[in-house]
Amino acid sequence: MCAEVEETLKRIQTHKGVIGTIVVNAEGIPIRTTLDNSTTVQYAGLLHQLTMKARSTVRDIDPQNDLTFLRIRSKKHEIMVAPDKEYMLIVIQNPSE
Amino acid sequence: MPVTHKTLVKSKQGSNAQSQQKPLAAKTAKVVSKKKDEDDGTEIGEGGDEWMHGKTLIKPPDQLDLTEAELKEEFTRILTANNPHAPQNIVRYSFKERSYKPISSVDQLAVHFFLEGNLLHRDSDEARRQKAKQGLPDEKATVVTETEDEKLETPLQAAGGEEAGDVEEGGGEDGAHSVDSKTGKKEQKLTNQFNFSERASQTLNNPLRERGCQTEPPPRASFSATANQWEIYDVYLEEMQKQEKNKEKAKAVPKKEDDKGKKKLTLVETQSDDLTKVAKVAKIIERMVNQNTFDDIAQDFRYFEDASDEFREQEGTLLPLWKFQYDQAKRLSVTALCWNQSYKDLFAVGLGSYDFTKQGRGMLVFYSLKNSTYPEYNYPTTSGILCLDIHPDRPYLVAVGFYDGCVAVYNLKEERPEPVYKSSSKSGKHTDPVWQVRWQKDDMDNHQNFFSVSSDGRVVSWTLVKSELVFTDIIKLSLVGAVSEGPEGVPPPTMACGTSFDFHKQINYLFLVGTEEGKIHKCSKAYSSQFLETYDAHNMAVDAVKWNQFHPKVFISCSSDWTVKIWDHTIRTPVFIFDLNAAVGDVAWSPYSSTVFAAVTADGKVHVFDLGINKYEAICQQPVVAKKKTKLTHIEFNPVYPIIIVGDDRGYVTSLKLSPNLRSKPKEKKGQELPRGPEVEIAKMEKLLSLLREPENSKA
Repeated sequence: MCAEVEETLKRIQTHKGVIGTIVVNAEGIPIRTTLDNSTTVQYAGLLHQLTMKARSTVRDIDPQNDLTFLRIRSKKHEIMVAPDKEYMLIVIQNPSE
Repeated sequence: MPVTHKTLVKSKQGSNAQSQQKPLAAKTAKVVSKKKDEDDGTEIGEGGDEWMHGKTLIKPPDQLDLTEAELKEEFTRILTANNPHAPQNIVRYSFKERSYKPISSVDQLAVHFFLEGNLLHRDSDEARRQKAKQGLPDEKATVVTETEDEKLETPLQAAGGEEAGDVEEGGGEDGAHSVDSKTGKKEQKLTNQFNFSERASQTLNNPLRERGCQTEPPPRASFSATANQWEIYDVYLEEMQKQEKNKEKAKAVPKKEDDKGKKKLTLVETQSDDLTKVAKVAKIIERMVNQNTFDDIAQDFRYFEDASDEFREQEGTLLPLWKFQYDQAKRLSVTALCWNQSYKDLFAVGLGSYDFTKQGRGMLVFYSLKNSTYPEYNYPTTSGILCLDIHPDRPYLVAVGFYDGCVAVYNLKEERPEPVYKSSSKSGKHTDPVWQVRWQKDDMDNHQNFFSVSSDGRVVSWTLVKSELVFTDIIKLSLVGAVSEGPEGVPPPTMACGTSFDFHKQINYLFLVGTEEGKIHKCSKAYSSQFLETYDAHNMAVDAVKWNQFHPKVFISCSSDWTVKIWDHTIRTPVFIFDLNAAVGDVAWSPYSSTVFAAVTADGKVHVFDLGINKYEAICQQPVVAKKKTKLTHIEFNPVYPIIIVGDDRGYVTSLKLSPNLRSKPKEKKGQELPRGPEVEIAKMEKLLSLLREPENSKA
């Protein structure tokens, strides 16, 4: 089970256009990353808050609903966040490559 | 000599001589007389005897001579209270008159003795104040003094009258005082001024000690939370679940073992690595990443409609979408394809080899359209897979037939890579490759069961009973017409090799079996030895036989003899025959139209036919694979989306989108709503068939 997950993460990392991946735990602390420390910490902190806000918004409208994922597409690249109860995965990809 | 001078001095009458005598005259008569006497005595000390004899006036030598009249003059001497030492001629400077003026009156007071005392008058303010302050103590004091006085009085009285006067005086005074004190008792206690002693004592002051103790501060933690609607909802949900669990526990007493098993499972889960919980999230992310990479394909899949179809009359095209390939599946050919009925984007691919010489391992792979780079599930197998089927109701159950004759059932929900059930040589596995498996409806006991057909000529029904596969031979295919003695061959029953079969969509017991000899048998589950009908279908092995999705009578068959034939099961000859110029690997009816079907050939082409539009030719013939030598082995229509998947012998699965022309629906008549549904399709087919039948009937 663990190996599968490792493999999946590896595949994501080596996928075309992916700049970096970060695994963040429930408190917003990054536990796994392929980027440098300062960038990781920055991404983790900011996106954690944003995800919480987004989830709160979705659930406020309908409590039976829940956030599945969040995409932020910017000029340079796209940040994808998939939240979970315990963990959150952040992937930065350049989709046009 | 303390003598008060009270003399009146008539100063005006005085003269110098008299003034000289005034000090002498200022004395009292007695004193004067005495002094004179003394003077006389001194002056005539010697004449003391003369004094004794009588008075003889002796004139001092410097005495004034006065006449007798003058001597008899009476001079009054007045005693005054004036101070003889007081100055009489004090002069003060007056600024007003700018001269010295004598003062009229001069202070005559002479102070002889001055002593400051500490007695206060009883009625003075200060005394009153003190009385007020000492109000209570005074009473006590007076009581005390009373007793003291009494005591004093008694000893005083006892002392006797030695010093009677003084004692009595003292006693009197004491008595007076005691009387006073008694009178004061009613008002205020007066302290005995003379015999009062205040008794006070200083107690030992205990030394002050400060004792404190420091407790450990209670542990503090800051807590913050938000109360949103969804948080409240979550809490309620948890509560409900707890309650339900409690109810279940209360009811399910004999199910304790299961609970224990579950508990064990939960324990194991907590011990495992934290990353396992990331699995779900990782999957989502992977799909997202893939969606980005293959963004254009995804958009095409969803929205692209080939606009050029309008100009192409009846022809259509196939737009290639995703291509699914798995590294470990190279060199294996796709031997089976099946869409999942519940999850419309999930499909199964069976990998193995058709080549008799190259038999090795196989693989069962599940792909989702959402992720084309990596399979969702994959199960490696020891033997090549030849066929598979996904249960229509339970999308997690997959039946697989192997080249070595085994059948197996996989449960996708379970983690392990082995099948849940597998047939073995003991349990009646086939002796030849299993070419087709099909799930059936649950039997009476709610067990799942499926059928398999193999080259050993047996059609076997397998039932999943608890943890075993129980097999039942349904029918044994025997060669028809080969032996002269008839179908129920007692002599060496050369078995026919079944290569495909299909069950009727509506009529449950009816099914078709295609054989290697090229015949198609119509069989029933009820009859185990006899066929209902036999069709001489093809010259070579029947690769696929499929009932029409809508029309109950029509089925299609394809074979390596390059033909595709459409049959009406009531008629022994095919209704349509199509020659595709290459060995046909597979054929499939479309789920949206009764007249559309697709076939794949060994030359890498996909042929799509619509009998409603063109009865003789394909409306689309398109090579799908790059290399021309790849043979296409299987084709399947997606039940919902307008795409088809095509498997080839290199292990690739290609998905293609059908252009609008291939999906055409019959045109609406003006003003009439188009009735949709199977009836329309049936009617369409029926119309076609009737057209064909008429000439036949007419011929006949």
